[in-house]
Amino acid sequence: MVKVTIDGIEIEIPKGTTVIQAAEQAGIEIPRYCYHPGLSIVGVCRICLVEIERMPKLQVACYTPATEGMVVHTNTEQVLEARQAVMEFLLVNHPLDCPVCDQAGECWLQNFYMQHALHDSRMFENKVKKSKALQIGPNVMLDSERCILCSRCVRFCDEISKSNELGIFNRGDRAELQPYPGTELDNDYSGNTIDICPVGALTDRDFRFRTRVWYLSETESICPGCSTGCNINVHHNDQRTYKAGGSRVSRLKPRYNPDVNEWWMCDAGRYGFTHVDADSRILAPTRSIGEEQEMSWGEAASEIMTKLREVISVHGKESVGVILSPQMTNEDLFVARRFFRDGLGLKHIDFEVAPLTTGAKDDFLIKADKNPNTAGARLLGVGARQGSGMTVAEMLEAARKRKLRALYICHHDLANGFAVDVVEEALTAQDLVVFQGPNTNSTSALAHYVLPAAAFVEKTGSFTNYAERVQMIHTAVTPLGESKADWQIFRSLAKEAAISVPYFEAEDVFQALTAEVEAFSGLPYAGLAGQGIALRDGQALPESETVVA
Amino acid sequence: MAGKIISKFFDIDGGNTIDVYERHGGYQSIRRVLKKMAPGQVTDEVLKSNLRGLGGAGFPAGRKWSFIPKDSPKPKFLVVNADESEPGTFKDRYIMDRYTHGLFEGIMIASYAIGANKAFIYIRGEYVRQAENLVEQIKCAYDRGYLGKRIFGTNFNLDLVVHRGAGAYICGEETALLESLEGKKGWPRMKPPFPAIEGAFKCPTIVNNVETIAYVPTILQEGGEWFSELGSERNGGLKLYGVSGHVKKPGVYELPMGTSLREIIYEHAGGLQDGRKLKAVVPGGSSAPVLTADEIDVKMDYDSLAKIGSMLGSAGVIVMDDTTDIVRALYVVTRFYHHESCGQCTPCREGTGWAERILKRILDGNGRSVDIDNLLNIAGNIMGNTICPLGDAAALPLKSYLTKFRADFEAAVSDRNGVGKVADEPVSLLN
Ligand SMILES: Cc1cc2nc3c(=O)[nH]c(=O)nc-3n(C[C@H](O)[C@H](O)[C@H](O)COP(=O)(O)O)c2cc1C
Ligand code: SF4
Ligand code: SF4
Repeated sequence: MVKVTIDGIEIEIPKGTTVIQAAEQAGIEIPRYCYHPGLSIVGVCRICLVEIERMPKLQVACYTPATEGMVVHTNTEQVLEARQAVMEFLLVNHPLDCPVCDQAGECWLQNFYMQHALHDSRMFENKVKKSKALQIGPNVMLDSERCILCSRCVRFCDEISKSNELGIFNRGDRAELQPYPGTELDNDYSGNTIDICPVGALTDRDFRFRTRVWYLSETESICPGCSTGCNINVHHNDQRTYKAGGSRVSRLKPRYNPDVNEWWMCDAGRYGFTHVDADSRILAPTRSIGEEQEMSWGEAASEIMTKLREVISVHGKESVGVILSPQMTNEDLFVARRFFRDGLGLKHIDFEVAPLTTGAKDDFLIKADKNPNTAGARLLGVGARQGSGMTVAEMLEAARKRKLRALYICHHDLANGFAVDVVEEALTAQDLVVFQGPNTNSTSALAHYVLPAAAFVEKTGSFTNYAERVQMIHTAVTPLGESKADWQIFRSLAKEAAISVPYFEAEDVFQALTAEVEAFSGLPYAGLAGQGIALRDGQALPESETVVA
Repeated sequence: MAGKIISKFFDIDGGNTIDVYERHGGYQSIRRVLKKMAPGQVTDEVLKSNLRGLGGAGFPAGRKWSFIPKDSPKPKFLVVNADESEPGTFKDRYIMDRYTHGLFEGIMIASYAIGANKAFIYIRGEYVRQAENLVEQIKCAYDRGYLGKRIFGTNFNLDLVVHRGAGAYICGEETALLESLEGKKGWPRMKPPFPAIEGAFKCPTIVNNVETIAYVPTILQEGGEWFSELGSERNGGLKLYGVSGHVKKPGVYELPMGTSLREIIYEHAGGLQDGRKLKAVVPGGSSAPVLTADEIDVKMDYDSLAKIGSMLGSAGVIVMDDTTDIVRALYVVTRFYHHESCGQCTPCREGTGWAERILKRILDGNGRSVDIDNLLNIAGNIMGNTICPLGDAAALPLKSYLTKFRADFEAAVSDRNGVGKVADEPVSLLN
């Protein structure tokens, strides 16, 4: 440990800490462009220059290690002057096109200009012209004139995605960021370059010109794209949905979690939220026997329960199969378990459908298991592997042979795991097929009743990731149409069956869950928000335990 | 007056060949060193000689060598900086052309001193003929067994490789040079670590200028003290001064460290053309702050020039007489640094281009009186705030020309005012 004094504040920090990090710990933010805690340090932007006693020149805070007895000043006249000078230099060739720039409102040039510069322009000369509106990859647009050549994006591609697509070509103020000839920025993590670009040089093709960022609200969540469960913020547009073709969710951004995804997320997850506002959303409970007909929740619940009871009374409890989904939260699954297993006494409950094509994976964030809650479902014991009932494959086989007479299917498009005719034969042989999920798919098309479930951004709950870390999603936008959280749907059905599901909020479910399920016992609800809690000290499940084809 | 050391060979026919070099006593020093001296003793002798790094910064060569970690298991490298691109500088070219084996002998001794078995000559891309000569002569040295394995029957091995640059001035800066040598873009590195600790390929590396190394054989032959006494205090030996510009006899002159600038211009370089008056002198390559005609009674060594606010730099003396347009001169210098800025750090990347465009506007007759102070302010904002000294190299001429010849600039702004049209005051970003 070493002791340093920054702006009169004395703090003790581990040896090797840089001045910029030490200042952060002392609650002092030194402006930075090129410095990013997740990347190597290059010290090129020069905005973090500080005064260090007994050093002849200003030093960059990002590169200079804090050493014992060091006295640092971040606010002297000399420092402020240098900082303002760097701001002025950065704007010399900048097009100052904030009114048409997507970054406006979240741009570090704007922010630091307001905080540290506020100078009047002395620039009379023509600016250097560079390429604009260049598509450098499937997701990323580049405006070289806005680029401040901080090299963050280059270092990201060299050090994090390790795909080396980007370079800075040419010298001096003609230098330009570009993909190497013959390549494009198409790695699986390319969207992160947009996040870390401090200015409007890299913008998101998916987000450009849709919404001004000041109309966005932010809600903490978890990416449902795979079992890693990258921590994210959902950026949603509550005020001007009409601006973006009616989509309420504008974008997903990674949220820092040192134990899961650090600052990053993959592109598949980042852009994988379109189903939330898609036309395929199911908006109301629907009866699809003969003519399609929308129903109220009350009608739907009573009709479905009546039919289910019929099947059970004629063919027995073993004639019903329930296919839950690892897309559902711990809370959803817990209520499902309470309703189907404990309440109705059903035996054939499973949730795992191995996909026909194995999901892509890598040794960074992307997991082959494309579900956020496989581990949770297992710990809750709602799989055939955990119980003694049929697996999904066995259920379909039994359904085809009419040994099963009713199937209750949540979320799954079974065609992802089975041949289309297998699914069709099985489902058409049933007396009752209920589908519950946020979007229609080839399975819902075969159901007698289709129930609208809230999408992950429309509900609160928790997922358990592959390493058994329990993390929370929060309601960002109100459920579309009549849809509601899966556990609330089960509660409606349970009520019809006079099965007690005495929960009003997701939190109530969670409390019951921790009281009842050994693996979750003692988890404090309050501690889940933010970075989540690891059930087993962050140890990963062995790969063989995760469901992949 | 002391005789010549390096330039002795400049007038000898075939001075670049191994035979002529040996006939004049070449390759004796290395023989003695390998047989009689331990590496540490070699470094001590160079320390005693007060040999300064002659590439520009003047860092004592022996001290630099002593920074090589003694206990590092990694290979060590010697890199000879032959990038010579500073405007007004052309001394290393003479050495490579005409004292080729003297340079090689210096490389061998220096490599032995620092424990290197591989040395590189990083040569400016435009020096095509020089590179060809080096390659040819290296081959001769190999053929004779002076390079390669078991040199002069000792256990000392050395390979020497010529690496050509691709035309960037910044690759003369030692860390940019190392990046370039490693096959990357020539971007200066953050220091520390200094090259002596972590240089080429992450190994301890000494980077020295061609001239620095070229004096080493003589120092080891004649002794450090002998060499030191040839020069001035703490500035050992002789030095090559390259004189260009408005003099009768431009050229490279080998003179003792500390020879006065007046003597160099008027005695050795033949003085100015008849009827001309001295206006300004740049004493040490284009980045050295300019001197006025009144400032030339200065000893040309690192410490004396530093004392009057300039620098010896590469000792490229650029003489400007009273026909010189100082505004244009500064424009040309600034255009060079703008062209050569690597573009990594903000102040140098943006400031050099901005300054050039202001100067161009002044030259075009659209100057405004605020331009002068703006330029001074831009220079001040670059100074000391960048990764490598190129930023300073661009700022120092701006500062010195504008301060010492302010009247010229004021005349340029007012003379030409009104020819073009520009708004008087910039528009505030806030309004
Ligand atoms: C922009 C810049 C350009 C340089 N160019 C050269 C050069 O062409 N040749 C050279 O020997 N040193 C050059 N230097 C100095 C080198 O960085 C380094 O100090 C020198 O090679 C060390 O050798 P010395 O100690 O023998 O002088 C340059 C420095 C800077 C900042
Ligand atoms: S595009 Fe953005 S992140 Fe990349 S170098 Fe330019 S400013 Fe930096
Ligand atoms: S000072 Fe100029 S040349 Fe040196 S590293 Fe910075 S931008 Fe490059």
